[in-house]
Amino acid sequence: MKNQRLQRMLVTSASSLLAVFVALCICAVILLITGKDPIEAYKTLFGAAGDTKVLQGALNRATPLMISASAVAIGFKMNLFNIGVEGQMRVSLLATAVAGAAIHLPAPIHVLFCLVVAMATGALWAAFAGWLKVKRGVNEVISTIMLNFVALSLVAWAFDAFFRVDSATGSLLVKTKELPSSAWFPDIVDRRLNGMFFVAVLVLVLFYVLVWKTKFGFQLRASGANPGASRVTGVNPKRMIMISMLLSGALAGLVGMRSLLGDVHAYQNNLAEQQGFNGIAVALLGRNHPLGIFISALLFGYLGEASGRLQLIDIPKEITTIMTGIIVLAVVIINEAVKRWDDRRIQHKAALALEAVAVAA
Amino acid sequence: MRKNARLLAVSIAALSLFAAACGGDDKGTTTEAPAGSNAPASGIIAGVAYDTGGRGDGTFNDSAAKGGEQAASELGVEIKELEANVDEDRKANLELLAGDGAQVIVGVGFMFTDPMTEVAAANPDIHFGIVDSVVDAPNVSSLLFAANQGSFLVGAAAALKSTTGHIGFIGGQEIDLIKEFEAGYTAGAKYVNPDIVVDVKYLGPAGDNSAWGNVAGAKEIAAGWYAAGADIIYTAAGGSGAGTIEAAEEAGKWAIGVDSDQYLTSGDPKAQAVILTSMVKRVDVAVFETIKASVNGDTTGGIKMFDLSNDGVGYATSGGYLDDVKDKLDAIKADIVAGKIEVPTKP
Repeated sequence: MKNQRLQRMLVTSASSLLAVFVALCICAVILLITGKDPIEAYKTLFGAAGDTKVLQGALNRATPLMISASAVAIGFKMNLFNIGVEGQMRVSLLATAVAGAAIHLPAPIHVLFCLVVAMATGALWAAFAGWLKVKRGVNEVISTIMLNFVALSLVAWAFDAFFRVDSATGSLLVKTKELPSSAWFPDIVDRRLNGMFFVAVLVLVLFYVLVWKTKFGFQLRASGANPGASRVTGVNPKRMIMISMLLSGALAGLVGMRSLLGDVHAYQNNLAEQQGFNGIAVALLGRNHPLGIFISALLFGYLGEASGRLQLIDIPKEITTIMTGIIVLAVVIINEAVKRWDDRRIQHKAALALEAVAVAA
Repeated sequence: MRKNARLLAVSIAALSLFAAACGGDDKGTTTEAPAGSNAPASGIIAGVAYDTGGRGDGTFNDSAAKGGEQAASELGVEIKELEANVDEDRKANLELLAGDGAQVIVGVGFMFTDPMTEVAAANPDIHFGIVDSVVDAPNVSSLLFAANQGSFLVGAAAALKSTTGHIGFIGGQEIDLIKEFEAGYTAGAKYVNPDIVVDVKYLGPAGDNSAWGNVAGAKEIAAGWYAAGADIIYTAAGGSGAGTIEAAEEAGKWAIGVDSDQYLTSGDPKAQAVILTSMVKRVDVAVFETIKASVNGDTTGGIKMFDLSNDGVGYATSGGYLDDVKDKLDAIKADIVAGKIEVPTKP
């Protein structure tokens, strides 16, 4: 049993690695077609790893990706596709910026307060989609996409109408009132790597424990895999949908906190933009597993950090965007192919075993 | 089976997100002094950092790129360009340019305000420039534009040329920067014709980046207004403006371009037939002047205002459609420069 699980894991990681490799090959071809030297490009891309600043930047970029991928993955476990992480993040960004700036608390408690507000508002926004699904059967993909637009507009309006503070220099970059320094999340490496990295790792660990080591996690996975069967065992699928949506939303609320509490210390338009969406690709590449998410978030963070260097040697930034796109596509295709091959392999093994039994009889 | 369909849906959705993120085509990113240029290579490296969206919008960013190209050919500097993909790129790109030997670095767009404040403080020997914003540091030139003044002139031009007394304004994101365009345009139109009807619509709320490339959305709005009797529409929404021009072609009405002289940048005779004028915001001049000052050893910062008085903003006359009202417009321009007309910055 244990052996089989290990085999599965090996197969999964091998197929992900293969996907990355295939994507690199395809990108090399694209580079060749556009008249660039792929060897020089990859040398620059991976050579950047020798610079500690780049590695710190990669970890920093990976921080929100790890959290948003967890938010997406916890939905996937219940067979829910929460595409609304971006919107949930936006709502919680503004709410946290406003609430955090309105009160004064001692440092660690103030940060904790902000994180709780962020999770609560993110969960609240996700609850709409959960409620629509449970009560009205609205597909969560549709409702969360729509709620993204609603969130974007609502937050932009609320910010503009109530919470903006014009800058002293007359700059067009307007923000909310700055958070007092007690609400700032401390840096690990000054202005390069924020401490939210540890929070993100903690999220991944808790995600693992919750989903794989608790009764609730078992029910969640069972319910996601086969709602009918698990209902018979007394698990209410509607309750599971609501809970996983709330959990997903709470995590979505944390996604923007590195930018808010660890960098800008106020809300502004476009703060942390796309970090909710990018988590989807990371979750997909990481196969919804915490370890996979950790590794793929690091990969995406690294590609993002190193892509500037490619531009410096005359390779358009789109190449890294294309590369991440191809990696995701390759993962989906190769995983499906490997899964079929693996299924056949196991079937074959079972058939052989059966045959042996039959012969012995 | 259902699971497979779901997986497929997920991957398509994820891919479309990437597709949305990588709109816009890139030209080469390094422009060296052309071989035929008479300027000797100065050995100076100048960096230009674009915001998300970047080159290829046909207006704002391309105008900045033009300034860089001019510096390459006239001053012999080597231009290095970096484009941001996400939030974190802005600071990272400024640092990369600084680390790559650039003596002068221009950030195109006000989102560079905070990153530049930080990077400029860490690199006191490098001269920085920021478009559309203010960074209060001794080595940063803040390049501001009185877009409201230029918009006032094209608003006046629209009112003078409109036969229906009904014009329109389409903005990109509903942010202060674009509201200035709207305020000037409406004020200019009302200055000429107090009874004129000005329709106003924005393509997206603040933070909605699709508003800068929403060609279909702009076209839909413009077509509706043209059908309702508007005959001139001014669009300040980056690449989305192409939609207004298409709608104008189909309706046989006028469109007004923004930032660059879109009569020249479009190069398409069908579009040129309907581009009445463009509100020109000389980002290229600002970029070029900043690099030139650096080359000449003047690296002091401070606020540099580009307005009507120094032709930092203005209206384009390509196509000759405004020849009959040019005298009136120039009189209004003189009044603004002299301070006789006060142009609002907020609608």
